Amino acid sequence: MSKYYVNKFLFTVDRDPQLLKRYIEDPRNLVANWEQSIGPKLLGNEVEATVVHALTKAERQALVDHDFVALFEMGAHFFLNLTLFVGIYDEPYMTRYGPLSFHREFASKLQHWRSLDYPSITT
Amino acid sequence: MAKHVATLACTHHPFYFKATTALPDQQMPQAAEWKHKVEAYRDTLARAQPDILVMIGSDHFHQIFLDNCPQFLIGKAPLYDATFYNEMREFGIPKYTLQGDEDMSRFLHQSLMDQNFDFAFSNELKVDHSIVCPIITVRPQNDLPIVPIYTNIFAPPLHSPRRFYDLGCAIRRAIADYPSSKRVAVIGTGHLSLELGGPRQFMETGPDPVFDRQAIEWLRSGNVEAILENVTHPSMEKSGNATHGFLNFILMLGVAGSEGADYVDSLDLFHTMEAYFTWYPKERAA
Repeated sequence: MSKYYVNKFLFTVDRDPQLLKRYIEDPRNLVANWEQSIGPKLLGNEVEATVVHALTKAERQALVDHDFVALFEMGAHFFLNLTLFVGIYDEPYMTRYGPLSFHREFASKLQHWRSLDYPSITT
Repeated sequence: MAKHVATLACTHHPFYFKATTALPDQQMPQAAEWKHKVEAYRDTLARAQPDILVMIGSDHFHQIFLDNCPQFLIGKAPLYDATFYNEMREFGIPKYTLQGDEDMSRFLHQSLMDQNFDFAFSNELKVDHSIVCPIITVRPQNDLPIVPIYTNIFAPPLHSPRRFYDLGCAIRRAIADYPSSKRVAVIGTGHLSLELGGPRQFMETGPDPVFDRQAIEWLRSGNVEAILENVTHPSMEKSGNATHGFLNFILMLGVAGSEGADYVDSLDLFHTMEAYFTWYPKERAA
């Protein structure tokens, strides 16, 4: 398991409008492409590679499925997990159900954690 | 020596700009009251007639990430760009350019190092909404140079509440020692109880309204002893997974000198409690 690498995915996609668009339209291919050519680079450096991290099968699947509940449960950072999926779903939810409806849906899907200690986000 | 003329500690709600500039028929019901409170708060800064703003905030994974994550960082640059693409996308906050003050940055950095705070620094810092939101709310004309200071309230392990308070005290001493005739205001932002990306986000109240009321009373009276006795990392976690932003309020109480606040206001915005505090330093006998 690599919480860091999951967070790196969320961080790099959230800050890049082109990657975000691809993650919306074709998550499976975007995740595969990210694992090949974005994840293995040091941040902010197009030249230097790093071999430290890899996604597990479960992490890969959660990212492909836009499964923010599974990502929360794996200990992905709460801010990155929220902001990326708000970037994807806020607008369509707003149009159909009104302001903050996606934020509330996000919370409702995590209600089973409400009285529990949340999974650790420590990396 | 520089004159410390005001200390402001407030929440930095990123929706304020959008909420108060939307067309009237699209505004949230509290927008007018929110704007009114913020404008009243803005006057508490204007009254102090500052020349420089020392601004304390926390990057939300915009420039800083887990590959290289400082606990405390000071900006040392002639200018600071502000507002990232994903903040424009999510919050509708405009882009800004803020003036820096390299001389004061250098002095504060050295003074804080001398006071045993191992600060990281950045000569190319783009500041995020933790610093831009208070510019929008309390200094929208954006006409003053800033010295930005970032704290880590986000990526564990975090420093203790005591360490944040001590840093605030060290910032106060550094300003007092700065050889300049300028008038300095310190503005810091954080949160009361807050949940983001968890089951208690965006409820009818903030995740822990009892904590919010208590925290406002502690800050109003400058009761740092009560805060340090009661507020711990587990207690903040229990009040909401992003409540660690309260550490910046603790820091600001150190900047203010743990005195009672001269101005206090708050606004219950259903999913979070907004809070606004100003302290004016008292003349002390030498």
